[in-house]
Amino acid sequence: MVEQNKKIPAIQLEEISRIYQMAAGEVAALAGINLTVEQGEYMAIMGPSGSGKTTLLNLLGCLDQPTGGRYYLGGEDVSALPDDQLSEIRNRKIGFIFQSYNLIPELTVLENIEIPLFYRNPHDSDGLQRAVRLAEMVGLGSRLDHRPAQLSGGQQQRVAIARSLVNDPLIILADEPTGNLDSTTGQEILSVLQEMHRQGKTLVVITHDISVAQHSSRIINIVDGHIKEQN
Amino acid sequence: MILPLFFQRNLTVGLKSLWHRRLRSLLTVLGIVFGVASVIAMLAIGEGASYEAQQRIKQMGSLNIILRSVKAPVGGPGAKKNTQSTSGMSIDKYGLLRSDFSRLKTIPSLNQSAQLRRTRETVWQGEWSFPGQLVSTNPSYFQLVSLSLASGRLFNEDDNLHRSNVAVLGAGLAQKLFPLGGGLGETVRVKRNYYRVIGILSDRSISGGGSTVATENVNYEIYIPFLTGMSQFGEFIFKNEAGSVQREWVELHEIVLKVGLESDIPATVSLISAELKRSHKADDYEIMVPLELLKQAEQTKRIFNIVLGSIAAISLLVGGIGIMNIMLASVMERIREIGLRRALGARKRDIVTQFLSEAVILSAIGGAIGVILGIFVPALVTRATGMKTIVTLWSPILAFAISAAIGVIFGFYPARSAAELDPITALRNE
Repeated sequence: MVEQNKKIPAIQLEEISRIYQMAAGEVAALAGINLTVEQGEYMAIMGPSGSGKTTLLNLLGCLDQPTGGRYYLGGEDVSALPDDQLSEIRNRKIGFIFQSYNLIPELTVLENIEIPLFYRNPHDSDGLQRAVRLAEMVGLGSRLDHRPAQLSGGQQQRVAIARSLVNDPLIILADEPTGNLDSTTGQEILSVLQEMHRQGKTLVVITHDISVAQHSSRIINIVDGHIKEQN
Repeated sequence: MILPLFFQRNLTVGLKSLWHRRLRSLLTVLGIVFGVASVIAMLAIGEGASYEAQQRIKQMGSLNIILRSVKAPVGGPGAKKNTQSTSGMSIDKYGLLRSDFSRLKTIPSLNQSAQLRRTRETVWQGEWSFPGQLVSTNPSYFQLVSLSLASGRLFNEDDNLHRSNVAVLGAGLAQKLFPLGGGLGETVRVKRNYYRVIGILSDRSISGGGSTVATENVNYEIYIPFLTGMSQFGEFIFKNEAGSVQREWVELHEIVLKVGLESDIPATVSLISAELKRSHKADDYEIMVPLELLKQAEQTKRIFNIVLGSIAAISLLVGGIGIMNIMLASVMERIREIGLRRALGARKRDIVTQFLSEAVILSAIGGAIGVILGIFVPALVTRATGMKTIVTLWSPILAFAISAAIGVIFGFYPARSAAELDPITALRNE
């Protein structure tokens, strides 16, 4: 069973396209993309702005839906699900890490980490313990009651990382995770990501910074809505 | 198990975010507080006023028709002044006559009647004295206006015919004249006449002023048989007014007639009115029908309630708009948070629930404070003005329910607009 599970790719895109209807006509942000990400892979997506990498991230994160093609997440077709089911997929299978951390200012470190548990159905009674353990893992075990404003940028991003892991998702999507940090702190965050990779997590990092991308095991480039593999 | 937990979490999250913006939350809540408090207070004052009016009218007897002597308006229509003037002393004759009474009491639809004279007199008991109202009337009067005894007995037809010197005291007057209690069998004096106290009435005060119908305060009246009064006081009243002595000649101050059936009232009233018009040249009497007054009072109360209800509804509406305003502002400020929650797995209905909970918490807190204030304010009004107020059980419940409903109604649109935000654009919002 475990062996067979391993064979199912974490992400499988078949001829994915995303066409926007504009006043000036149709614009294809993504045009027939094929991509497979195996479980446990650490992949970086690079590309200049306007290349379609943000669109790809939104599709991978189930925040947006393709206008054509199929998207299999852990073997499940998620290309045309109703809104409520997409919410559940995001909650269970996807961990998000944002450039600007996106913590809720009036909540404590622990409460921020717990947010995904809040929307988990049925409720997971071990969630709180897992949240505490994750906070300890990212080195914030002694600051559970602090507010985001009392933390440095690097610490805030660590909280966000812990939050992305709390529901034990299938993939973790990181959108410019070091974009708001100085290089030293950025390195720290990257080593946390690498540690996650070592523990078997599937990571997809979107960046325009080659030094960030080089930490990954696989880099792809997006240019004008098409994928170019890089080795 | 899951639903209460979910509700509890929304409550915690809602309270937390409201506390985060506590000054603004407080200001928003005030709108609801005053709305709810004004609903309860207004209803309590309205209820109290109408209760008081109805009590006073009921005291007059709902089957009674009351005729009162009034001075004809000077220069008014048909005002032929019946005045004789001799050496600076004028006599003013007006009002109901004993002959009116003997004729009217034979109307077949009536089953009881009383005539009375009522004058202001000082009542003495030894060295004690107190200003009261001397009422000479028939024994049937007590029953007509349902005055009841606290102790002793009422005077009867024998006392009347024998012109006995007996008196029945109102509760207040008895209290003033006999502060240590008792009084039955004692003697009181009015002018040069002495009366044996044979009965004391039970207390019949109505608290407060501001009533719509004036009645004599029966607590400070002293009652003597009609014929006793006739033989001792006559029909003249002397009034000292600015140096000159004014003399009034009034045979009867009041006639109380009671019909057997409520349905007979209108016909009887028009009969009485026609009869009196024939014998009186001037408008020197008035006809009061307590039942009609009661109906009017009820009608007035209905209008009053509608007006108060509208005012209260408007103030609650304003409070509701305040809530909607603050919730829309809150949604605008938290677009990023909404996007984040959606990305982390919140469904649209989770977002609706979150913002709706906040609106309902605001309005419920406002409603609760408003209920307390609304119960407290009428008590304060009563203490300050003596007006009677009645907080009925349903008015706080109603007001609170409305305020909670306002939270749902006015919170729904902002909550809905929050849930309908596109998560991608919401996340990108700066």
